[in-house]
Amino acid sequence: MAHVEGQQHPIAIYFKIWGLLFVLSFFSYMVDYLQFEGYLRWFLILLFMFLKAGLIVSVFMHMMWERLAMIYAILLPPLCLLVLIGLMTMEADYTFLTRVLFFAGP
Amino acid sequence: MANQMVTASGDVVALEPGLKGVTADWSSDQRAFKNVPWGKAMMWIFLVSDTFIFSCFLVSYMTVRISTTVPWPIPSEVFALSFGGEPIPLILIAIMTFILISSSGTMAMAVNFGYRRDRKKTAALMIVTALFGVAFVSMQAFEWTKLIFEEGVRPWGNPMGAAQFGSTFFMITGFHGLHVSVGVIYLTTVAIKVLKGDYEARGNYQIVEITGLYWHFVDLVWVFIFALFYLW
Repeated sequence: MAHVEGQQHPIAIYFKIWGLLFVLSFFSYMVDYLQFEGYLRWFLILLFMFLKAGLIVSVFMHMMWERLAMIYAILLPPLCLLVLIGLMTMEADYTFLTRVLFFAGP
Repeated sequence: MANQMVTASGDVVALEPGLKGVTADWSSDQRAFKNVPWGKAMMWIFLVSDTFIFSCFLVSYMTVRISTTVPWPIPSEVFALSFGGEPIPLILIAIMTFILISSSGTMAMAVNFGYRRDRKKTAALMIVTALFGVAFVSMQAFEWTKLIFEEGVRPWGNPMGAAQFGSTFFMITGFHGLHVSVGVIYLTTVAIKVLKGDYEARGNYQIVEITGLYWHFVDLVWVFIFALFYLW
């Protein structure tokens, strides 16, 4: 059987992504080094984080060459976490509020 | 390539693209994931479950950090390191990040050479990847030692601020470090088997890609830890 199963792609694409990951990591380190603050800091951290994660999953882990059935089965379930994050933010805000009310007495 | 499949009997079958393909794949006989060997599908499913474990740690870290009334220690200062002169913020963590990304690159190369059936290069690249992993864990051990003995950070408290800093730090980076260590053992084992020619009989080097998936995942988790714990 001449057919070769598996993921074979030109090496050039790995080098490009590798370089990009280095650049993005350098940028995210610069966010701290240059001491950006507030929303700009959080936005940049999340931006570089998701870009890096996307590149690793899609190219290094070959997700962009898989069929849609596989992509959905793996990438959709973690979206549930958004609900958990939302719930826990509310819970944490409430805990913070009660702590301020009860611990910060005179 | 994604739109056709070779069956066990050697016939080439066309596959539906797009959303229609999703329903067709999921409702088809025997296997939903076309062109994906079972070992790889299992590794992906394991990685999804691991994603949830790490997410639980990161979400609980978020929760305690929001809810504490004591100021959170500034990671940029806690993890600063000085080489004789002014302390450089987060420098060790930055180096660790670059090391892990380099290891991901060498792993991707190893997978590529595996499918080209170049045994020596595959094994060599996997060993290089494992060595990067060892370097990462060693630096982490150094970081922990410094934090415990010089800064006095404990799981139940620290001199810099919120007590939860220590517990979340040790839990999250400890669990990640464990993953790196297991990955090093996994990589070394597969590299030795590749070198011995254990996969030559069937000419099937998918195991290298599966090992690679695990290793890239460890790098992926670090991307999130670096952003959310060290930079935030």
